[in-house]
Amino acid sequence: MANAHNLQDLQHQAAVASKVYVQRDYNSGTICRFQTKFPSELESRVDRQQFEETMHTLNNLYAEAEKIGGKSYLEGCLACMTAYTIFLCMETHYEKVLKKIARFIKEQNEKIYAPLGLLLTDPIERGLRVVEITIFEDRSIGSGR
Amino acid sequence: MLQLGVAEPMRECEYSQISTRSSTPMETPYKKRTPKKRKWQAFPGRNKFYCNGRIMMARQTGVFYLTLVLILITSGLFFTFDCPFLSVQLTPAIPVIGGVLFVFVLGTLFRTSFSDPGVLPRATPDEAADLERQIDVANGSSSGYRPPPRTKEVVINGQTVKLKYCFTCKIFRPPRASHCSLCDNCVERFDHHCPWVGNCVGKRNYRFFYMFILSLSFLTIFIFAFVITHVILRSHRQGFLNALKDTPASVLEVVVCFFSVWSIVGLSGFHTYLISSNQTTNEDIKGSWSSKRGKDNYNPYSHGNIFTNCCAALCGPLPPSLIDRRGFVQSDTPQPTPPTNGITMYGSTQSQSHMAAATPLMQSEPVILTDEASLPGRTLLGGPCSGALPLGGQPTPPTSTPNLSCDNGMLPTRNDHSEAHHHHHTDGVHHHFLTPEEAPSPPGMLPCGSPLGHSHTLQGFYNPASQDSLHEDSVRGLVKLSSV
Repeated sequence: MANAHNLQDLQHQAAVASKVYVQRDYNSGTICRFQTKFPSELESRVDRQQFEETMHTLNNLYAEAEKIGGKSYLEGCLACMTAYTIFLCMETHYEKVLKKIARFIKEQNEKIYAPLGLLLTDPIERGLRVVEITIFEDRSIGSGR
Repeated sequence: MLQLGVAEPMRECEYSQISTRSSTPMETPYKKRTPKKRKWQAFPGRNKFYCNGRIMMARQTGVFYLTLVLILITSGLFFTFDCPFLSVQLTPAIPVIGGVLFVFVLGTLFRTSFSDPGVLPRATPDEAADLERQIDVANGSSSGYRPPPRTKEVVINGQTVKLKYCFTCKIFRPPRASHCSLCDNCVERFDHHCPWVGNCVGKRNYRFFYMFILSLSFLTIFIFAFVITHVILRSHRQGFLNALKDTPASVLEVVVCFFSVWSIVGLSGFHTYLISSNQTTNEDIKGSWSSKRGKDNYNPYSHGNIFTNCCAALCGPLPPSLIDRRGFVQSDTPQPTPPTNGITMYGSTQSQSHMAAATPLMQSEPVILTDEASLPGRTLLGGPCSGALPLGGQPTPPTSTPNLSCDNGMLPTRNDHSEAHHHHHTDGVHHHFLTPEEAPSPPGMLPCGSPLGHSHTLQGFYNPASQDSLHEDSVRGLVKLSSV
């Protein structure tokens, strides 16, 4: 593709045209979930289905992190009994899933979004408030959008 | 006019304090590279950090040290004077159990006080601009000087919940989050600001807070019971007065424990109720989910049964800190809005506020006048609110202070301004006007409305269009350059 970029190129050379923010979806309560509505600014850049799939996977990963079930109770009780010192040695379940999410986002950026001139920012870097999508100027086409 | 003279030197002290803390950029403007700063050093909230960002507390920690001293002294006296007698006369299990309880109490206290309660980081400038655009589109063009209070409605589990826009943090607060005016942060699942632990109690440290008060109740009752046992056993042998002469420390312990028991056990009971119904202190006091508000009013966050609620609150997954205190401040790509006074900054988002700190003399006039105008408002605010704090009918915990920041749905427009007023105050000048006890105003405190009305007229001579930006940015007396 004429306008293919790789992740490094994007970050160092391309100019930022605009940023799109996908906000949190609070309809299911306080759990971490992002809106899956396709932002109109991305219409010309990325396939709708692809984007929605990325968002769904992301939401599922966060749901896994915050799941309340047998395993999390066990971890909680064990932590309480050791006066929370156990977290000096091991990671919490949430932290493990956050690492998984970081890997997922990096992979999505490298495989899908960077070649299209887009960059997804890990929501944890924005305080789990938004998914920031940076749209880079597409020099091969001419105008930014 | 007299007050202006008094405020000025204090204001300059305030500024010089702030600028020395984060003065690296301004002292060496010619240097391209400055030593990497950690994010906690550029943190915009009113918190104190220790151990290179590992420990995070509120600004006022005096009462926390009092708590610590009381616990240490009482327990120390118990182990030194009562335990030797009791372990011989009764069983050595007593000091062991006491020791375990003591360690648990201290551990949970430190964990509550030193950890991040669930602070929401403030929006980056790009995010804030994007949100503002969306709000303007939703509202139409801005009508009049003050845009209407920004709220979003969302339906959670069948209940309509209003999400408020925080002018300081420039975000729409998630449900159950609230802005603590003492720490100047939005905190997730905000319960209250507890001066006794020197920190806010929120999503991340609520379970530690609960464990602390629960274990402290047990410890207090334990010490109380065994000190009394000690005195009684001694009195059998020697007579009451002689026994007291032999163990004078016991008297002090009994007195401290007696007064603590009522408040701490009461507080534990209250929080046990809150946990089992999955409510925060904030929500309970406002009566957000009480059936008195309407037949269909129920708590949408409750899991349905007491057991699940308790388990979720105490044993649920521990969310990570969102503010990354020990990370390094990245030099981001240059901001879209360049600094207006011509000094080139190495684009870090928080550096703009530090720039403002370093040019106090340019900003001091409007800032002083702002604070001037709010001073009379503040004293008025202190009066009616502090008088009405003990809320009738509620088992209000006397030791912890729920921080409502006038943030209830009953006085919509005034509330946003009252919140902004809280942001005006800087610690040096306004401390005695806004103690932790005076800061929250309980719902139904309509007198709070009138003093705020007064302070609005006092501020009326300001350019109303810039008032919102003044509100947002006058935290710690730092005025954003764009409003000048």
